[in-house]
Amino acid sequence: MVDDFILRALAAGIGVALIAGPLGCFVVWRRMAYFGDSLAHSALLGIALGLLYGININLGTVIVCTLFALLLVWLQQRRVLATDTLLGILAHAALSIGMVAISFLDNVSFDLYSYLFGDILTVRQIDLYWIYGGGLVVIGLLVFNWSSLTLMTIHEDLARAEGVNTVWANILLMLLMTIVVAVSIRIVGILLITSMLIIPAATARQLVSSPESMAIWAGVFGIIAVIVGISGSVELDTPSGPSIVTAAAVMFALLSVAAAVVRRRA
Amino acid sequence: MTDLLSARHVSVYRDGKTILEDVSLSIGEKDFITIIGPNGAGKSMLLKCMMGLFDPSEGRIERRANLKIGYVPQRLVADHTVPIRVRRFLSLRKKAAKDDLQHVAAETGITEFLDKPLHVLSGGELQRVLLARALLDNPDLLVLDEPAQNLDVTGQLAFYKLIEKIYAERDVSILMVSHDLHLVMSSTREVVCLYHHICCHGEPHMVTRDPEFISLFGDDMARLMAVYNHSHNHDHTHDHAHPHADHTHDQMEELDG
Repeated sequence: MVDDFILRALAAGIGVALIAGPLGCFVVWRRMAYFGDSLAHSALLGIALGLLYGININLGTVIVCTLFALLLVWLQQRRVLATDTLLGILAHAALSIGMVAISFLDNVSFDLYSYLFGDILTVRQIDLYWIYGGGLVVIGLLVFNWSSLTLMTIHEDLARAEGVNTVWANILLMLLMTIVVAVSIRIVGILLITSMLIIPAATARQLVSSPESMAIWAGVFGIIAVIVGISGSVELDTPSGPSIVTAAAVMFALLSVAAAVVRRRA
Repeated sequence: MTDLLSARHVSVYRDGKTILEDVSLSIGEKDFITIIGPNGAGKSMLLKCMMGLFDPSEGRIERRANLKIGYVPQRLVADHTVPIRVRRFLSLRKKAAKDDLQHVAAETGITEFLDKPLHVLSGGELQRVLLARALLDNPDLLVLDEPAQNLDVTGQLAFYKLIEKIYAERDVSILMVSHDLHLVMSSTREVVCLYHHICCHGEPHMVTRDPEFISLFGDDMARLMAVYNHSHNHDHTHDHAHPHADHTHDQMEELDG
C-alpha cells in the first residue's frame, strides 16, 4: 500500500515536470539559466513574506518573483549595466533580505533545508491545485504563442518585422518562469529549480530534430526523473530535490554517451 | 496614389543625436530602390521606420492598405541548441500551402535542403532560406537589409542574381540596403545615398557622378561605379570588389573632423 503523501508527491512532481520540460526548452535556447537561478533565489523572499504575513507561500513567491522580473526588465531598459550583473545584484539582495526576514520569525519549526532542497512530506492538497492550475496557464500560453516564441528565439528582428511583440513575449517567458519557480519549491527546492528546467530539455535535445518534439521529450524525461527520484527519496530517505536531479543528471549522462556512440557509428 | 510605402519628412533623434533628418522616400509599384551609405548613416533606422517598427520623432510613414511586406534580415545565426528543420522554420507563423512552399523553395533553390537542420546550412544557403520565408506570403514589397553582407564574393553575386530573377519574374517591389552597389547596379532603378539625410538620389549612373556621392564615398569608388555601370558585366574578376570599405572609412573620418 503506497502512502498518500507519496502519491501526492508523485502527482506534484509529475505536474512540475510537465510544465518545466517545455518551458525549459526556451530556457536552454535563450540562455536564461542564470535568470532562472536568480528568480529562484528571490523566491526565498517570497517565502519569508508569506510566513511573516500569513499569506500562501505560493502566492507570496509569485508576487515577489514577478516584481523581480519586472524590476529586471526595467533595469535592462536603462542600459547601464549588463544583465548578469543586474541579476547578481537582484538575486543575492532578494536572497539576503529573505534570510534576514526569516531570522525575525519566532516560528522555530521553520525548516530552511526543506525549502532549499525540497521535501515531499510538505506537499499538501492545495499545492497540487497550484501546480496543476499554474501548469494549465503555462502550457496554455506556451502552446498559444509557440510559433511566435520559437521564431523570436531563432531571429528576434525577423519576428519583430513579422509582427511579433517581442517585448511582451520576453516578459511572458519571464512570468511563466515565475509560475514554475513558485510551484516547484515544495518538490525540488529553491536551489535546484533551474535544473528541472534545463536538464530534461538538454537531454531531449540530443535525440530530436524539431522544437516541438524537444518540448514533448523534455516533459517525458522530467517525468521519468521525478518518478525515479521520488521513489529513491522514499526508499533511501534522501531529500527529494537532489534525488530527482540526480536521476535527471544520470539520464542526461547516459543519453549523451549513447548519442556519442550512435554518432560515431553513423 | 500608387505608392506602396512612403516616408514623409522623417526625422529620428535619439540620445541627443540626429539619426535621420527630413528623409522623404517613396516606393511605387514594381520599384527597385537601393539605399547606400556609410556605416552609422541611419540606413537600418530608415528601414525600421518604414516597416513600422520604430516611430520617427518627426514626419510620418504612409503605407498602402493591406500592403504585404517580406523582410530579409542581414543574417541568420542558426543556433545548434534549437533543433529545427528548414521546412518547419519556413512554416513558423506562416500558413503557406504545400504547393506554395514547394514553388518558393524551387524558386530560391533550397528544395534539396528543406529537410536539413537549419544549423548545418552555409551562410549563402541561410540567406536563401530567409528570402524564401519572405516570399511565402507573396509580398508586394521585399525589404532587404544588407542581405549579402556576410557572404563571400561568389555568394554575393549568386544572391544578387537571385534577387534580380525574383524581381524580373514576380510582381514585387524591392527596397534594399546594400554596400555592394557595383553588384546591384544593373538591376536597381534608383539609388538613394543616405548619410542621416538623403545626399543624393537617382538612377545609378547619375548618382555616381553626383558631387555628394563622390564626397561621401571617394573618387575611386565613383570611378569604379562608372566602370561597372558602363560594362554591365557581372562575370569578370572581382579582385577589387571591396575597395570602398577603406574609402568609406577615410571619408567618415573626414566627415567627423
